[in-house]
Amino acid sequence: MGDILSTYGPDILRAFWWTIKLSFFGGLGALVLGTIAAVMRVSPVAVMRFIGTSYVNIFRNTPLTLLMVMSVLGITYILGVSLSQDITQNAIRWAIVVIAVYHGAFVCEAIRSGVNTVPAGQAEAARSVGLTFGQTMREVILPQAFRGSIAPLGSVLIALIKNTTVAAVIVSAEAASLMQKIIENEGGSFAIFAIFALGFVILTLPLGVGFTSLSRRLAVKR
Amino acid sequence: MSASVLFDAPGPRARRRHALLTVVGVILLVAILAVVVRKMYTANQLQASMWEPFVTDRSVWRDYLLKGLVGTLKAAAISIVFAGVFGLVFGIGRLSQLAPVRWVCGIVVEFFRAVPVLLMMIFAYFGIYTQTSFFSADTAPLAAVVTGLTLYNGSVIAELVRSGVFALPKGQGEAGLSIGLTPSQVLRSIQLPQALTAMLPALIGQFVVILKDSALGYAVTYGELLTWSKTLGSAFSNTVPAYIVCAILFILMNYALTKLATLVQRRLSRRGRAVVATPGALTATVDQESTLGGEDVVQTDPTETGR
Repeated sequence: MGDILSTYGPDILRAFWWTIKLSFFGGLGALVLGTIAAVMRVSPVAVMRFIGTSYVNIFRNTPLTLLMVMSVLGITYILGVSLSQDITQNAIRWAIVVIAVYHGAFVCEAIRSGVNTVPAGQAEAARSVGLTFGQTMREVILPQAFRGSIAPLGSVLIALIKNTTVAAVIVSAEAASLMQKIIENEGGSFAIFAIFALGFVILTLPLGVGFTSLSRRLAVKR
Repeated sequence: MSASVLFDAPGPRARRRHALLTVVGVILLVAILAVVVRKMYTANQLQASMWEPFVTDRSVWRDYLLKGLVGTLKAAAISIVFAGVFGLVFGIGRLSQLAPVRWVCGIVVEFFRAVPVLLMMIFAYFGIYTQTSFFSADTAPLAAVVTGLTLYNGSVIAELVRSGVFALPKGQGEAGLSIGLTPSQVLRSIQLPQALTAMLPALIGQFVVILKDSALGYAVTYGELLTWSKTLGSAFSNTVPAYIVCAILFILMNYALTKLATLVQRRLSRRGRAVVATPGALTATVDQESTLGGEDVVQTDPTETGR
């Protein structure tokens, strides 16, 4: 384990830095897309609901690997839509877009499940004491819905971080592809796997603990 | 909570606003479709020759897509069986009376849930199976896919088993103990059967994850649907249509499974049974609205119960 760390230490750190960057930008995009989709899905306009639902059903049921492969081999090479002149940059940007679009569907579901934790009686009570629609949303529904969606949003974020490895099929900068390279150079040993696995445990474990305690602390007592 | 509680019956102003939003929505939808169609048209992807083979040429299905489908389903089926066994063993292990057994099972389960599936597959394939003669060159990719899917999803199922047992009313176990059953008898004949029924919808949801994640086999050269679609795309030089058909096949399979899960859940809740949500399972390929951490976070799935 020692020689691998001394030989590849900087490479490994760089690879995980890419993992973090992919997670950050992908997560940001997913949050935006997911929120928009969630608003669409609870809106009273049928067409908006249709768009939101179709988005979620299409991207939740398509393998991430397929989207990754399709983005570069299909959309860039054949349809000619590239996000950068540079081949590597293009692949990385597409990876971020794909991660955002794919997880946006799950963010939408997480937010919606937060809205669903609010009992209907809350809205009815708010209306019956004379609050307007805006007040009901602002004062009663959204604060509870937000608390209810913390835990599922945390799970989505953790999944997203782990799913950045799927970018390995088009990008060679991040952790999974570096691991494959090291194995090809050095032969397979459990030490190599342990290093990379540990990297992900370090990235995801604090998040899991943090989100769990946050969601417990903010949980609505019912 | 349904939208009907949130929104009033629309008055004249709200109706106008809704009509406007409908127009905006339709324009948005048409715009998205137009961009896609235009891009595909200018790249000559809408020519009949690109799509014809899917209907006219039998070999498209016989030599490519069906082969891929069989590969995907085979990997998924084997993984489901293994993951089920793994999950049952480690789930029961986490409920053991012996503290060391509980710890070991807990560490194993938490570890494999935190590590990306692709990492396990790549290590299993390039690190172990291609460097030892344990599996022949033909079966090594399948073995790697099954290894990755089993370890991850088995751990998730173990959590399901555990949270399913925890979700039962305490009285169930206490009643069993008070009529003189041993703790393991209580687990086996009272708690597990009820827990397994309650976790059925979440279990089917996990099958969707397995089916979808089998596409990761592409990275370890396993011949599944995505791999064969790519080959098909090169053979008929219709890459984009091949991927689109591949996506549609995946969506149909997963959508059907998801619907089945919802159906089972409805049935169970109609019979007044509690239903277990996937505990922090979102991981490999996020699925289902679920809770985090897994520790005794058991809840009836809020989205599906029609509250």
